[in-house]
Amino acid sequence: MLTAVLIPLIFAFFVPFISKYKQKVHTGVFVLIIPLGIFLYFIQFIGKDFAPFIHEYSWIPSLGINFDFYLDGLSLLFVLLISGIGTLVVLYSIFYLDTSEKLSHFYVYLLMFMSAMLGVILSDNVFVLYTFWELTSISSFLLIGYWHHRERSRYGAQKSMLITIFGGLSMLGGLIFLSVITNTTSIRAMINSMDEILNSNYLPLIMVLILLGAFTKSAQFPFHIWLPDAMEAPTPVSAYLHSATMVKAGIYLVARFSPIFHAYEWFFITVSLIGIVTLVWASYMAVRQTDLKAILAFSTVSQLGMIMAMLGFGTEAAVFAAVFHILNHATFKGSLFMIAGIIDHETGTRDIRKLGGLLTFMPMSATLALFGTFSMAGVPLPFLNGFYSKELFFESTTHLNITSNTFAATFADIIPYLAVFGSIFTFVYSMYFFFGVFMGQKKLDLLPKKPHEAPLGMLLSPIVLVLGVIIIGLFPNIVNGTLLTHAAKSINGNVDYHAIQFWHGLKPAFLMSLAVVGIGTILFLTIKKWRKIYSVIPGKLSFNELYDKTIDITDRYAKRITNFYMTGSLKLYMSIILGAIIAFSFLIMVTTDGFSHITFNDLADVEWIDITVIIVMALAAICTIFVNNKLSLIIITGIVGFGISILFVIFRAPDLALTQLVVETVSMALFLLAYYHLPELRKRNETITTSASNAILSLGIGTIITMVGIAAHSSDWFETISDYFVETAYSLGGGHNIVNVILVDMRGLDTLFEITVLGIAALAIYALIKVRKNKEAE
Amino acid sequence: MEYIVLILSGILFATAIYNILQKQLLRIIIGTVLISHGAHLVILTMGKLKRGQPPILDESVTSYTDPLPQALILTSIVISFGITSLLLVLSYRTAKENNTDNMEEMRGESNE
Repeated sequence: MLTAVLIPLIFAFFVPFISKYKQKVHTGVFVLIIPLGIFLYFIQFIGKDFAPFIHEYSWIPSLGINFDFYLDGLSLLFVLLISGIGTLVVLYSIFYLDTSEKLSHFYVYLLMFMSAMLGVILSDNVFVLYTFWELTSISSFLLIGYWHHRERSRYGAQKSMLITIFGGLSMLGGLIFLSVITNTTSIRAMINSMDEILNSNYLPLIMVLILLGAFTKSAQFPFHIWLPDAMEAPTPVSAYLHSATMVKAGIYLVARFSPIFHAYEWFFITVSLIGIVTLVWASYMAVRQTDLKAILAFSTVSQLGMIMAMLGFGTEAAVFAAVFHILNHATFKGSLFMIAGIIDHETGTRDIRKLGGLLTFMPMSATLALFGTFSMAGVPLPFLNGFYSKELFFESTTHLNITSNTFAATFADIIPYLAVFGSIFTFVYSMYFFFGVFMGQKKLDLLPKKPHEAPLGMLLSPIVLVLGVIIIGLFPNIVNGTLLTHAAKSINGNVDYHAIQFWHGLKPAFLMSLAVVGIGTILFLTIKKWRKIYSVIPGKLSFNELYDKTIDITDRYAKRITNFYMTGSLKLYMSIILGAIIAFSFLIMVTTDGFSHITFNDLADVEWIDITVIIVMALAAICTIFVNNKLSLIIITGIVGFGISILFVIFRAPDLALTQLVVETVSMALFLLAYYHLPELRKRNETITTSASNAILSLGIGTIITMVGIAAHSSDWFETISDYFVETAYSLGGGHNIVNVILVDMRGLDTLFEITVLGIAALAIYALIKVRKNKEAE
Repeated sequence: MEYIVLILSGILFATAIYNILQKQLLRIIIGTVLISHGAHLVILTMGKLKRGQPPILDESVTSYTDPLPQALILTSIVISFGITSLLLVLSYRTAKENNTDNMEEMRGESNE
């Protein structure tokens, strides 16, 4: 399984090379092999007697972070969706994206996403899951911003990034809590020790943190605002990431952790409430939209809300309906996105107000859209899979036996009505989508292009998906026992195989479906009268506004704070750095009791010659501050340098003394050369405060150095390592001068780099002088 | 003796920092030179001063001065020489191009 997860990523490295031949063969043709291969590999596991298994690969065992890939029913369903829809999307993109686009970028991002998504689904290790999770956010960011010359694309990409990464980080917090409490990093082990989690005081916090990750990723209310803006991505991406796979990662996460949290009553309330609110709100918002992809985006949000709500219910029926709807949603929504892309491609617009009567021009697309939209609306016809899962959803809403808590019980009573209410709007926008585009009067003069049917290759992918809609609709039990029951079982262990039937008898669920269709039809037929209400609510008070304001304010204040200290004055920067050094050094010296060990036992004798040299040097150093003549300044500095070489002689360092003498002499010569060119020193006319602050900083640093030196000198924590060099200088290095042996033998590489540094400095000096000469010559 | 040398290097550091905080390029360079002098003295002191003979192997000598700080300082002297010369040429060029050696006047047009 490691291969399956990593192969898209590995293949991505070769995509840029392949795409050089994109004029001859579309890059997508090569990429197609990858998801198809993964799909074929995983499809063999489908079957009635499928049993979960795990493949383990060590990565960082010391931190408990390993590539443990666990395949159970739930992950199998998702893996098949990722690879299956992935194959169709790549196929579709071959016809959708022109070879003049930057194909290599597109496919590299897409393959990166594929790897990341497979990693999220298959990882049993929470931290590996988190890593892949963020990688999906990043690849989604890159894909939304694919047409980065458009302002809206960049805006959408940033928005999705900020919101999903925010959620991802809070999820990481929750995962860390979980792994600390249970002392494991494996999700399965966490489920086994769920009692510890449920008894933990941090349970509400953990749940909120993890749900934040899931809700932001799956665009749940109020974090749904990023998904409509993500529609700036190329349509294959919208169909793939923002409808079929990535946005379901949040669903997956909730499903994966629901065995743990389900025993906690607030899990039901939070997840169902958010899910139902999302369902109602987004399907209401979808009716307001005029852009085809925006309709589909809000519709996706509302369907995700519905799945989320079902996971919140957590009953056997609801969980089964949830996994069934995950599959169905991928088929009908994927095909609808592709058809929206086709319409955009063939007519040049996605504005539903300009479209109409396209049935005669695009009969194939119209037929496909018919199946897609009617399935999405949940029209009770035996060949539409959307109806089955919607019916199961209604049924599950009527069987919620919540008694634990009065609030939850009241809420459970309202749920069926809310579900019907939201579904009515689902019906309305589905009809609006189909009839608005393909029926009604033709408005050819409004279209930028003359419409015609799409090439067969482009239709191929939606055809496959619509065939899926019909086949699952006609024979729902093909996928039931082999795939869906296994998937539902990994969420709720009590799920058993039940045959899915079209006709249940006159149960409440069927009546609810009929009510949806009935009221929906009335609302759709009178849609013009309702327009006014749609445009009034929600008005200005939207979460988009809030998001924009937050970003704007953050941006402004960040700039202001940065401008406050980034003034362009190096002196100010130096002062801040030095001040920090002084403050922290003193703090550490005081807190670690650095002054208490000072001893005066082990010191060398003081002779008059040492004192003389030292006093001269100190005076010279102090003089450098007060001298205002540059020649004097240079010579006084020279005194300090030559003083140092005398000290080296006294302290028995002949090599140092020699080197220092030579270097000091050459430096003096250099200074005097530069002296000729540099302007004369000016008298300092700075204010007293400036001088005082400079003086404080310099005295502070000087004191710190002396203090640290004295404290370090008095310490005897470590044995000296110098004896090693003294003992082995001759036997290993073959030299009598120990210092030289250290430099050229023991630390030879250091010396090599030292020479390199000098070489670079020499080159830079040469360039600094040479470039000027060329310029003057011109 | 060690503590006196450490006080000297403290003085060297203090004067160096004071020079670095000035506006004129030449003073800043002088400051960096003084800093490296101060640092060399600190490193040398860490190996204790005036113990034994110079670190050149000889059969008649039993105790040597610590050779390790000396090796470090030797490297450092050469590097700081490189830096000083680079800074000198750099400031010479900068002063030529901008007709000023005042850091405050080299901040560019706007302070963004």
